[in-house]
This record gives sequence, C-alpha cells and structure tokens, in this order.
Amino acid sequence: MAGSRWQRWRRISQILFLLLFLGLLVFTALRAIPGTTSDIHVHGPVRLFFEWDPLVAISNAIASHALYRGLAWSLVILLPTFFLGRFFCGWICPMGSMQHFVGNMPSESKRGKQRVESNRYKRWQTIKYVVLIAGMVAAAFGSMAIGWLDPLSLLVRSFGLSILPAFNYAARAVLAPLATSPVAAIKGFGEVAQAVLNALVLEFRQPHFSQALVLGILFLVILAASLRVTRFWCRSICPLGALLGAASRWSVLGLHKDPAQCNNCNRCLLHCQGGDDPVGSAPWRKSECLMCMNCLGSCPEHALAFRFFCKEKEVALPDLGRRRTITGLVAGVAAVPLLRANTGLGKSRNDRLLRPPGALDEPDFLARCIRCSECMKVCPNNALQPTLEEAGLEGLWSPTLVPRIGYCEPSCVLCSEVCPTGAIWQITPREKGWVVGVGTAQNQPVRLGTAFYDRGRCLPWAMATDCIVCEEWCPVSPKAIYLEEAEVADSAGKMKTVKQPRVDLNLCVGCGACEYACPLQDHPAVYVTSIGESRSPRSQILLTRK
Amino acid sequence: MAGEDAAAKGPNKQTAPSASGMTRREALLQLLRVGSVAVGAAGAAFWLSERSKRPIAGQAEQAQRDHRIVSDAQWPQITVIQGGEPRALAAQAFENLGGIGRFIGRQDVVVLKPNMAWDRTPEQAANTNPELVAEVVRQCWQAGARRVIVTDVSCNEPRRCFLRSGIQAAARAEGAEVILPDADRFREVELGGVVLKNWPVFAPFLEADKIINLPIAKHHALTGATLGMKNWYGILGGERNRLHQQIHQSLADLAGFMLPTLTLLDCYRVLVRNGPTGGNPEDVALKKTLIAGTDPVAIDAYAAKAYWDLDAERLPYLQMAAARGLGTPDFASLHVKISQIA
Repeated sequence: MAGSRWQRWRRISQILFLLLFLGLLVFTALRAIPGTTSDIHVHGPVRLFFEWDPLVAISNAIASHALYRGLAWSLVILLPTFFLGRFFCGWICPMGSMQHFVGNMPSESKRGKQRVESNRYKRWQTIKYVVLIAGMVAAAFGSMAIGWLDPLSLLVRSFGLSILPAFNYAARAVLAPLATSPVAAIKGFGEVAQAVLNALVLEFRQPHFSQALVLGILFLVILAASLRVTRFWCRSICPLGALLGAASRWSVLGLHKDPAQCNNCNRCLLHCQGGDDPVGSAPWRKSECLMCMNCLGSCPEHALAFRFFCKEKEVALPDLGRRRTITGLVAGVAAVPLLRANTGLGKSRNDRLLRPPGALDEPDFLARCIRCSECMKVCPNNALQPTLEEAGLEGLWSPTLVPRIGYCEPSCVLCSEVCPTGAIWQITPREKGWVVGVGTAQNQPVRLGTAFYDRGRCLPWAMATDCIVCEEWCPVSPKAIYLEEAEVADSAGKMKTVKQPRVDLNLCVGCGACEYACPLQDHPAVYVTSIGESRSPRSQILLTRK
Repeated sequence: MAGEDAAAKGPNKQTAPSASGMTRREALLQLLRVGSVAVGAAGAAFWLSERSKRPIAGQAEQAQRDHRIVSDAQWPQITVIQGGEPRALAAQAFENLGGIGRFIGRQDVVVLKPNMAWDRTPEQAANTNPELVAEVVRQCWQAGARRVIVTDVSCNEPRRCFLRSGIQAAARAEGAEVILPDADRFREVELGGVVLKNWPVFAPFLEADKIINLPIAKHHALTGATLGMKNWYGILGGERNRLHQQIHQSLADLAGFMLPTLTLLDCYRVLVRNGPTGGNPEDVALKKTLIAGTDPVAIDAYAAKAYWDLDAERLPYLQMAAARGLGTPDFASLHVKISQIA
C-alpha cells in the first residue's frame, strides 16, 4: 500500500531527525575535544536546527534588519514548503515528533468516535496564526518575544535547562552507588554503565539552572496535552507551524480525494495529525496538513492520494477572518510598548544583569535573543542562567551570568559560538582580550561589568584576617585586583599586617572569578555589577577608561 | 457510633451469611495477611525509632599518606639541574638521584600530581610543563609501574585546564591515565592537621602506592611564592578558598598528611609576577631549571631563595614543616648536587 510506505519513511525521518536534534544538543557542550593547547571551539553543527528555522530567520530579520551568519539556511526549509506544504512539521520538527509519539499513546479521551471527532478541524486552530502575527509585529518593535514560543527554542530550553539536567542527576544517583559497590559484578556493571553514559550523554559536572522545575513542568504539560488532543501544540499554538502553514498557500502538492471511492467512513481522521479534514465531507485544509500521510494508510478504499497540481476544492488559506487578524496585530502592537513602559530596559536596569561576553547592547540584544538557551547549555561553568525578572518581563529566560554559580572563563567563547542569532555576537578569545594587556591601545577587551568590595564583609578589610583569594583568581595580567598592606588591630588589640584588596577599574573585565572564589559562600564580599560593561556606552563609570 | 454500627452488622452477618461471604479459610488467610502487614509496620516503626540518633558527620578515614622511600646517604637529597629542555632536565634529575628504580617499584600504582590548576598554556607558566610530566611518565613505565595516573583538582574549569595546559595530551601520549576530578570521587579524610581536619580528598591520591609531586614555581601575592607544598591544595575538594586565611599552617598540615615519594619542582619557566595565574609572557622568566629531590622542605626553601630572594624565615610554613620532621629549610646542610647540562 502506497500510504503505509510513505508512513514508514516518515517515521524513519522523524526518528532520525529527533536523534540528530538530541545528539546535537548533547554536543552543545565542552565535550570530546581533542587535546590541544590552542583555543577551544564547539565541534559539530550544533546550531543546525535554528539555522533551519524560518521563524527565527524572518522574525530576526524584521527585528534586527539583517540575517545573522547561517540563518539564510532556513531557505532550505522555507522554499520547499512553498511547493510541498508543511513537510517540516510532519517529517522533521523534533518538537512535532515528540508530540506525535505522545499523541499515539493510548488515552481514554481518544477512542474510536471521540478520536475521529477530536481530529476534525477546529476553529481554535487559528490561534497559532494570531500568535504568529503578534510575534511578527512585536519583532517590528524590536522584541524577539516570539522566541518564547518558537518550537525549537522551546525544546532546547526545556531539554537543556531541565530535562537533561534532571536525567543527569537521576543517572548519576543510580550509577554512583553501583560503581562503588563492594560486589565486584555490580561494581563492574556500574563502572561500564558510567563510562558509556559519560561518553554519550552525561555532563562532567551536574548542571543546575534556576527555573528548571518551571520549565520542565511547562514542557511536560505541553506534551501531556497531546494525550487529549493530537498535536495540541502544533495545531493551536506553534508560530513556526503557522508560518509554514501560511507559506504553503501556493503549494503544488495537494490531497486528492476520490469521491467515487469514499464512503464517508471517517477512518482517515483516526490518525490525522494536523486536523486538516482529509474526509470526503469537507474541503481539505492545506495550511493545517502536516504531510504525515496517515490518512492514506488509514483509508480502506484507497480513496486518498497526494498529487501534484491536483485541481481539488480545498481551503488554501488559514481560516483567520478579519477580527482575529486584527486581534493579532493589536496584541503585537500593544505588547512591546507596554513592556517597555515598565522599568527595566528604559529605566532602573538590574545591576546584576550581566550579559555573556560578546552580547550586544540591550536593545539590540532583545531584538535578537530567542531565549533558546544554547548559551546556557554550552557554558562549561554553568555560569549562564535564565533570567526571571532581572531583564524585565520582556527579557524573560534570556541569559545572565551568575558569578556565584560560575564565573566567565577567561579564554572561553563557546556561548558566542553557539548563539544562533548574534544576540551574543561571535568573538574569538583574542577579541575577548582578557588575559594579556587589558586596556592597552591594542586591547580593548569585552567587559561584562565591574567588581566591587563589600568592606564590611571582606576578611582583610573587616576581620583582620588574611585571604586575597580574589586576587589569586583574577585572570588578567597585570591583575585588576591590587593589594595594599595595612596595619590592623584584631579583637584583642594586637596589631597585624594584612593585605587589603582593591579594584583597578581600568583592568577589571567583570569576569566574576573574584566573586566566585570569595570564601564567603552565602553572600560574597566582592561582587560584579553591570556598570562598565563594554556593550553599553551609557553604562559606564569613568569618563575615560583605558 | 462506629462501634454501634459494627455491632449492628455483626449479628446480621451471623444470622444471614450472604452468598458472597468468605469461607473460614479465606477469612483466616485474610487475617493472616493483614496481621503480617501490621506486625511488619510495627516492627519497622520500632526498629527505626530505636536507631534514631541526631545525625553526625560520617566517619572519615584517618591515615597519613607516607610514600617516602628509605633514605640513602649515597644519593643527594636535592639535585638542581640547569640549562636544559624539560625532558633532559628530568632525565638528568633521575640520574643524579639514583635512577627511577630507586623510587618506583614494579607493579606500583603511581600518581603524578602536576599543577593543572589554570586555563593557561605552557608558555604562560601557570601550570607544570607538559614535557616534564611526560618524561616522568615515561620513567615510571621504565621502572615497571603497573599504572601511571596523572591528575589534579583544578581551580578553573578542569577540562579546559587539562587540555590547554598541554599535560593531558603529553601524558596520554606516553601512555598515562589522565583522570578528571569527578565530583563523585572525593572521600572525606581526617587530615589530622592543626587547622585542617576533615576535608574531601580526590580518591586517586588516596589509592596510590607512590606519589610524585610535580609543582611549578610561581609568584604569589600572599606568601611571596607558591612552590612545592602549595601543590597539595590540588588534592582537596570542598571550599579550599578558606585555606588562605591560615596559609602557612594549612601548607604545613597538608605537607604532614601527604608525604611524596619525590618532588620535582618545575623551574623551566618561572612566573615571576602576577602569579599564580599570570597570563602575560612578560611575567615569565625562562630559567631552564629543575629542582628535584626527597626533601620537600629544602626544595621549597631553595627555590624561594633562588628566585625571590626569600629566606626561610619569611616563609613560616617551612619552619612548621621542619618542626614536624618533614625536612629541613637549611638546604645548605644537605647533600645538594648541582648539574649543568648543555
């Protein structure tokens, strides 16, 4: 049967692309890098899926008036969609495939007739077009809020920040006692399992992310929704699906229904993924069809076939209507000004909002960052974390450096290498410029902020105690932390010489190593704030800085 | 009320046993099941409340790690080799000290502890020279070692440090196992020091037959210089940034816990400013020297004097270590063999 052959190929394609996606995600890390003393780079095309994503490309082009690096590759998906329809959704998209697999699980609410009814086209499927319109208009106002809902962004964020770290924790928790078991056989098994999983998926150090729980639950709720309604996300919310649906307007591949054969048994609806009415009683909805080919296999009469240039009654455009179009437009027009009327980007920026090295100035950054969290996934120090309100509501889930968790490694530029949109512009370790001759004419380094001392907590300043771990860790040469000897009295009145640290504003790059290394574990005596960050001409302290 | 209900039901049941009623056998079995669950629950509760105690920190291992070999007056306690490349320096050092066979036995598990603390390249001289490490690995195999392990608990991101120091590649090329500091492989140890009590120590350092310390000499703002004994910071996990508050006592405590078979202090490139991280080639002085031997106190004293003009009195940890019988800061009193190679 022709239908089932197509289905088999589709399944193979879905599995392969899902594995490719997960593999690339796992390799979005400091992993399997050959021994070398030169600069360390990410290996493999880890940005591949984002470069294929026309939603990211188009919204970024609208917001930033340019296409960054590999984003033009999204034509690889967009151009065939013009001719063939939403094959990406049904055959490639890993988010779609996961929904597909979950939707196939047996469920009480999807049986027989109910299942048939639930797979008929519903008006609420147009919500995704409203989302798309709102997102594009917001992009025109310079906000990439659409990134919250881009399916690949959502998937990387959920997996990178929540599902994989949780899996990592669980695997280590199970394997560690096995590998240290006194029974030789268990120990051997544990060690082998540990070695295999370490090489394949596990992180060298357990990653922790703020909001991991929320992000994980959100993702699981979305997946669980497809237990009730097949591909609930793809049908009703996904803005990439909406874009591809709109792009298939003139597609030449159509569903041919043979009215002579069709006896309206409705079986084609049983496994329909898109909710696009392949039934004989209604016109086929091109913009909703995911090209999954299930209907061909389901039809007992062989009444259905995909054909090129078939003249058939079909609904080519989304069933949007003037009102919903206007709703989307208004939502997009209103969203960004409302968000920016708030404090945040305009006034009262959060002093602890430290952007990754290479990040553009905040307005340009927000016009590009799709909150995909690739940068957070790749950071070997787990230093980059998703924001909650630090960047304003508009910046939700964008990256910020949290030095207490991890500092920015001086010669590392991995986050700038994986960023798909140039929100973190690609830089080299040399351009980062943190090691030699900071502040000389040849080296204007990337600065993330500036370190400050809390002299009421610092041991040599307040407690007549030796320390200077901050100075030891300071990575620039000459060091941005300098020491001054001081005669101080301890509680018994005994005089003692200690070295008190100070910051040289010209040399500090705001890497946060001092804050990370400070022995005051709960609340550090030296901390970095964003003032002096090189990306912002307005966020400066000194009139001139070397 | 409940009792009344039960009482009311009781006679009913007796007078009119329903068709679905249990047989006596089933009832007894049911009682047996319920009864055993109840007894089990009660037993578990009793047992668990018996063992309820206020939690105390787990028992730590208690053992000084003494890997020293018997001293032999025939051979010098320290040797200083000058003017060669790292591999030649190490080879000459072993020759002067009586050969690697004096230190490493057949079937020994040898752990080498270079300084791989920082994400720096060999030219920046913040980590031990990779060629020096490679030569020591080679010598250990020659002596018939069973395993040669190279590891360190880095300060910066360990994978970056291992890679960019060049040590991982150089050591592997000579066949050594290079082990990253995996968070699951630390063990609580009672170090038995004056200020250092319970600390997590990376397991390979606890499981070695022989340990060779491979530090590098660097400038350090707190003590003036960071030399051989400071390298033992790198066997610890935990919040070792507190050690600096009593750095001399901490150094002496660590030196009293970990007594190496041999120390080879890398002075091929010496970081003379902006230590211990450096970064700028201008901070580095090319000395082409190796100070090696079995007296860790004398080696540190020698290097401090040679490169920073620091007398032993300026480095209290040397006195503290000497007081524990770990060596002598008075290197002039020892048999020091100085070799110049081309």
